[in-house]
Amino acid sequence: MTQTLLDDQLIGTTAATAPGLLRLLARNRAALVAAAVIAAFLLMAAVAPMLASHDPNQQRSESIRVPPVWQAGGSPRFPLGTDALGRDLLSRIVYGARVSITLGVIVVLLTMIVGTGLGLLAGYFGGWFDAFVSRIVDVLLAFPFLIFALAIMAATGPSLTALVLALAFKGWVDFYRVVRGDVLAARGAAYVTAARGLGASTAHIIFREILPNVVPPIIVVATLRMATIIIAEASLSFLGIGVPPSIPAWGTMVSDGRADIATAWWIATLPGLAILLLVLSVNLFGEGLRDALDPRMSL
Amino acid sequence: MTEGSLLKVSGLRTEFATYRGALVAVDGVSLALRRGETLALVGESGCGKSVTALSVMRLVRRPGRITAGKVMFEGQDLLRRTRREMQRLRGSRIAMVFQDPLSTLNPAFTLETQISESLRVHRVARGREARERSVELLAAMGIPSPSERLHSYPHELSGGMRQRVMIAIAVSCSPDLLIADEPTTALDVTLQVQIMDLLAEIKRTRGLSIILITHDLGIVSQFSDRAAVMYAGRIVEQASVSELLGRPLHPYTEGLVGCIPRLGRPDVPITPIEGTVPDLVRPPVGCRFAPRCPRATDRCVASEPPDYRLESDRIVRCYLHEKSSLASSGEETG
Repeated sequence: MTQTLLDDQLIGTTAATAPGLLRLLARNRAALVAAAVIAAFLLMAAVAPMLASHDPNQQRSESIRVPPVWQAGGSPRFPLGTDALGRDLLSRIVYGARVSITLGVIVVLLTMIVGTGLGLLAGYFGGWFDAFVSRIVDVLLAFPFLIFALAIMAATGPSLTALVLALAFKGWVDFYRVVRGDVLAARGAAYVTAARGLGASTAHIIFREILPNVVPPIIVVATLRMATIIIAEASLSFLGIGVPPSIPAWGTMVSDGRADIATAWWIATLPGLAILLLVLSVNLFGEGLRDALDPRMSL
Repeated sequence: MTEGSLLKVSGLRTEFATYRGALVAVDGVSLALRRGETLALVGESGCGKSVTALSVMRLVRRPGRITAGKVMFEGQDLLRRTRREMQRLRGSRIAMVFQDPLSTLNPAFTLETQISESLRVHRVARGREARERSVELLAAMGIPSPSERLHSYPHELSGGMRQRVMIAIAVSCSPDLLIADEPTTALDVTLQVQIMDLLAEIKRTRGLSIILITHDLGIVSQFSDRAAVMYAGRIVEQASVSELLGRPLHPYTEGLVGCIPRLGRPDVPITPIEGTVPDLVRPPVGCRFAPRCPRATDRCVASEPPDYRLESDRIVRCYLHEKSSLASSGEETG
């Protein structure tokens, strides 16, 4: 009984490491569509200069607040219209994808490395190191993100480096907690004792025996964190303490269009929709991934 | 007398820190294993068999700690080796097979990775050569179509196959000593015999010495040369298997033998050992078995008997055999 149950669970996990993951993922319609949308955004960011018909920062006093092409007064020159300074919205949204995605990837990678590393060490060795890092985590969890972000941006002035730091400051905590917990469970696993019995070193056990078994949850956390980071970046930019004004970013654009929302709805709404679409897709994809990697959900 | 000993454990003591105090799981255990011999370590759950094995390999983890004793392996005390030296020894000179082959194989890797890993760690072989060696090993373990099996994950194998793979990994670097901790407990009866036959064959062909931990006296009688019976952290009796099972001396060994059901002899009653194992944080002052022993005297309760060495290397820890002890009759064998 127990044996079969175990077997079934393991089939789930291992299928996840093989091409079986794609098959499981394909069964989830929403995740599949989300993956397509994400791919479209990635492509858009990659070929932004080709896609954008204008310089995203070029201001035109003669054509401000031009509505999108499908509305009365719209012009095919500016398919999604222009903002209060006459900048082309389409070009700005396309370039904005670059900032959101690049920042998201950098911050997630950074926090993943830090969180996973600390989680592995704390989970495996326990003791004072675990207690120390876990208390730091408790403090960070109680610390309001916005206040810290405000403080660091105020201190250093808006720059991409400061923004990455502000976003990564707390982000590693999620990786740390997931990895630590899983390592704690894996540490006592029989295959770890067996590996030790065969002469494996501690480093070998941590990186070659335990780490591969905690990769699936790390991937899931990374995806879900990506969505959170994109939102957080947009929020900071909206507040004017995120991406520097010279770089087109969705959050800044929403903020720019806020005053004109009653008369020129597109200026704030269209970049807002871009945020919504990307974050929603990333979340749906992350959930699909979690289901595909979680044996209980997939069977 | 211990000239031919591959492994000689003496006075081994392993404690676990608990909130109630130190739990002495292994208390003054002494064993000797000759080259090419299979020594069975027998006893009920929790008697310290597995901890003894883990202590020999120095695999006891916090809150456990080896506090006294010597583990002489080829004349060197393993308890005095550095961690690095122990690491090199494990897998290459002393290997271990565990009870549950599913959980001892890493679920994330194929068999090829896991077998060649051990070869690689001990620098026996790598790359193509490691692959070829892995196929040979699997074939030697009686696994059909071994080269295809190499790409399987542990969950794709049956229980018996997994244990064969574990044994393949254990013997991959040709160790001198194999410690098998209840290697057949998780398997059904028909597989038990197959796996034990496999171990016996490997022992013969590779000249291994084996410490076999089990609670199955049937396996002991068929597959080992000598046996040591453990109770509550102590070895209570040590003798050749035929003597031990044919003429058990210690009341606990007698009890164990009395628990074996006889096929086709429903008239022979199974006599269970009454009572439960003692608390190892506060063990009894006298003989540890006294509270359950049908033949215990006041003396047994008051003080613990020492090891009595009898004829033909038999050791028993019981006052009942004080008279026949070689040492007390002056025939010191040294």
